[in-house]
Amino acid sequence: MSANVAEVVRPRPYRLAELGLLILAIAVATSAYALVGLGVEGTIPANVYQYGAWLAVLGLIIHVVVWWKAKYADPVLVPIAVLLNGLGLAMIYRVDLGRSEYLNSSLTQLIWMTLGVGLAIAVILVVRDHRWLRRYTFVSGFAALLFLLLPLIPGLGKTINGARIWIGVGSMSFQPGEIAKILLAIFFAGYLVSYRDQLVAAGPKILGIRFPRLRDFGPIIIAWVASVGILVFEKDLGTSLLFFGLFVAMLYVATSKVSWIILGLGFFSVGAVAATFLFSHVNQRVSGWLGALTAEEYNKTPGGSYQLVQGLFGMSNGGLIGTGFGEGRPNMVPYAESDFIYASFGEEIGMAGLFVILLCYLIIFQRGIRTAQQLRDGFGTLLATGLSFTIALQVFVVVGGVTRLIPLTGLTTPFLAQGGSSLVANWMIIGLLLRISDNARRPVEDFHTGVLRVTEDPEERTASARDSGDRNDTARIEDEDAPTTNFAATRNGAADSDETPTTNLGTTGGER
Amino acid sequence: MKKPLTHITIVGFVMFALLFGSTSWVQFVTADSLNNNQLNNRRILDQLARDRGPILVDGTPIAYSEPVDDKYKFQRKYGSEGLDPRAYAAITGYYSVVSGASGMERASGEYLSGDSDALFYDKVGSLFTGEQPRGAAVELTVDPKVQKAAWDGLGDQNGAAVAIEPKTGKILAMASTPGWDPNALASHDSEKARSAFDTLEGAEGKPAYNRAIGGNLYPPGSTFKVLVAAAALESGDYTPDSTLNGPASLDLPQTTSTIGNSHPGACRNGGKPSLAQSLAESCNTSFASLGMDLGEDAIREQAEKFGFGQDLEVPLKVTPSSFPDDLNPPQLAQSSLGQFEVRSTPMQMAMMTAGIANGGKMMQPQLVDRVLNANTLEPISETRPKEKSRPISGDTADELTSMMEGVVTDGTASVAKMGDTKVAAKTGTAQHASGAAPHAWFISFAPADDPKIAVAVVVENGGNAGNEAYGATVAGPIAKNMMEAVVEE
Repeated sequence: MSANVAEVVRPRPYRLAELGLLILAIAVATSAYALVGLGVEGTIPANVYQYGAWLAVLGLIIHVVVWWKAKYADPVLVPIAVLLNGLGLAMIYRVDLGRSEYLNSSLTQLIWMTLGVGLAIAVILVVRDHRWLRRYTFVSGFAALLFLLLPLIPGLGKTINGARIWIGVGSMSFQPGEIAKILLAIFFAGYLVSYRDQLVAAGPKILGIRFPRLRDFGPIIIAWVASVGILVFEKDLGTSLLFFGLFVAMLYVATSKVSWIILGLGFFSVGAVAATFLFSHVNQRVSGWLGALTAEEYNKTPGGSYQLVQGLFGMSNGGLIGTGFGEGRPNMVPYAESDFIYASFGEEIGMAGLFVILLCYLIIFQRGIRTAQQLRDGFGTLLATGLSFTIALQVFVVVGGVTRLIPLTGLTTPFLAQGGSSLVANWMIIGLLLRISDNARRPVEDFHTGVLRVTEDPEERTASARDSGDRNDTARIEDEDAPTTNFAATRNGAADSDETPTTNLGTTGGER
Repeated sequence: MKKPLTHITIVGFVMFALLFGSTSWVQFVTADSLNNNQLNNRRILDQLARDRGPILVDGTPIAYSEPVDDKYKFQRKYGSEGLDPRAYAAITGYYSVVSGASGMERASGEYLSGDSDALFYDKVGSLFTGEQPRGAAVELTVDPKVQKAAWDGLGDQNGAAVAIEPKTGKILAMASTPGWDPNALASHDSEKARSAFDTLEGAEGKPAYNRAIGGNLYPPGSTFKVLVAAAALESGDYTPDSTLNGPASLDLPQTTSTIGNSHPGACRNGGKPSLAQSLAESCNTSFASLGMDLGEDAIREQAEKFGFGQDLEVPLKVTPSSFPDDLNPPQLAQSSLGQFEVRSTPMQMAMMTAGIANGGKMMQPQLVDRVLNANTLEPISETRPKEKSRPISGDTADELTSMMEGVVTDGTASVAKMGDTKVAAKTGTAQHASGAAPHAWFISFAPADDPKIAVAVVVENGGNAGNEAYGATVAGPIAKNMMEAVVEE
């Protein structure tokens, strides 16, 4: 589609659509909560109004902040996150009721949700332009490493269920790896966007594959080996798999090198097979996966397939439409509220319900990728890709494990599963995606000409005036991006790169 | 970056497609086989949580489910006013959240839980009437009066008693002692239920054995002489009046050992008793020589016709009784007296007795009278009397009946005399281990001219009488009380 400035249609912000969807999400989540009480206890929980109100307040606050500070942000992200989070709360409440002792874990989770929403809002407020994060590429990298190392510190680190990925202060425990996930995505995005040309073009050619020079590739290798190495050391297979997938996906998007992907997958296969032989906990997972339904694996303790198979039995019991909240036996599955919450949903709301949940994740992924495609800068494209692919991959690893598609690894189902660190991290991802998508869809006149800065905000002006390096930095991003062909390629029909920003707008606007 | 981004999108979509696929695979495609998987304990729990039908005795529930407010939703209870759950434990079995089910709870489980295909139309019906679907009620053939007589008679002695209605095969009583309380095993507290199960399994006297139909079985002793007499009559070479050789002591061929009688001296008629007289006074020497004359095969054949060596479900599984193989003459002589390795259940002996009482027609023993809709009590199915086999001719049956009447009027079973009612019986005192008191047996039916009940009773190790035990004195009164519960109506 060819467009010129005169024909530019201002993209619609879709804020009212977001509000409508949000109200729907809150209504569904609150009904689920009420149905749990009705199904298990026979009465609607007394605190259902407070619960609904709390959800509504959280949802509305972030909605207002988005309207105010990120007007053009994707309108479905917040409602979907609230819906998933709300459904998760209902199921956590349900599993809690099925226990012999009531732990009030849904309240704890609601507090974590509040913190998560708060941090997402903070992300939107603090990060006014996602390109600002690029300045912290290496800081993020080091911080990610630090976070990953924290659990190994004696006294601070805690081993829970064989994995040393927790830090504990008092009775609180936290998985720093969840935050490291975001930091690594920022690091990879910042690093790859700066060095991809060197990575692709320079370096020796071996067996028809051009390898990058060590000094270009070094930091990436270090980051990757360190993260994966630490995780193997900390015995958390799932997160290791997640980081590896994140790394490979972002590397591929940055360099378009299929050969590296094949190489990467080769490395991973070798690593996975080696891990199966070397580490007993990996070996257990694989044999428990292959022979899940044999009595031998089922009865094996520790390890074995008891949890997996109980999850499968729960899901098959749910069938197409499920038993209904409170009518199944999700509590028979160990960790029904966290690692196996997907199976709990499968039992009580059936395949139909699971499809809705999967669809929600698919939409998050699709919106993230769409944002990446719309973006004008390479850093943002990579970051949006990394973040949305993280969610998709995490869902794949968890749900694939629970449904016996792949061996079971310990990862949490984003937004649904009980666990504060994961919830907080995923809300921060939503915050980032909101910010990035706002930038992607915001009309250029809102940025004004020259440097890409929002000038309508007086604070912003003083901030940019104060920090002139900021301007240069922003300008530099554009400079770097220009030759990568990314721009020209994304702007279908754009004749020359001069028109780039405008054409981009036209494309975006036209699609709306 | 556009092309690789498209690829990543495809990868993501493929991952989600795989998840939609794997989810459908678990919840839809293979759901049935997962639900029926042997390892799947949800099925048991689902059944536990269902409103299980009651087990009825003469219209009164001996086992029933009561709604409770816990995860199993229904508590199984045993016993009612006048129906001691311990007396019926051998029949009902238990229904446990940790140990599964036994007895009729297991054998009729499909009806009680409502899973049986036979209940299909009933279930469809309840869809329309809006009734709460629940398991069917199973009404037993047991007559509570006979059961009580058996239970009270056995008392604190270990043993078993079975009563059958000869014309229909209905099991009127089945008791096994020591009894136990299934209520303890039905506890929803899994620790309590498990320990109750362990107690039952480990307890002294092995209450978990249903001695009427299983357990270690018993040598039938002299009650087996009825079967040998039947074989003799069926051979055509003997009549009740045929003269047998009944000395005070019988030398066994190939050995130095001898067989003697339970009373000192030779048998009636100066050691030459008739077949009928031999049975009346339970002459060992004459039956031993008769058995050796008939031969191993003839006796085994007759035993098998009565049901020895056959699997039987009533629907409780009955352990097959057995007659040994490859006997030398002394072993055959011992076996003819129901000793050596002859093993029998009280159920088997009751079946034989009922077969004789019913003119040679042995009916299939049945514990289930009717299956009823638990809400409306309308019958869903009714058990019809079924002929199982004809082990002896009508003539032989008549001859055996009058011979067994003679045992009561003029022999060892005089304890069973019931006024004007004609009673047919045979006693047994079975030695089973050196030094141990013998098992006391008693089989009988009444009225002999119009049989309404056939009974077999065994009391282990002579019961309270110990070494002084005779079948007549220990087991006889129990059998008599059981018969009176029916006949004196």
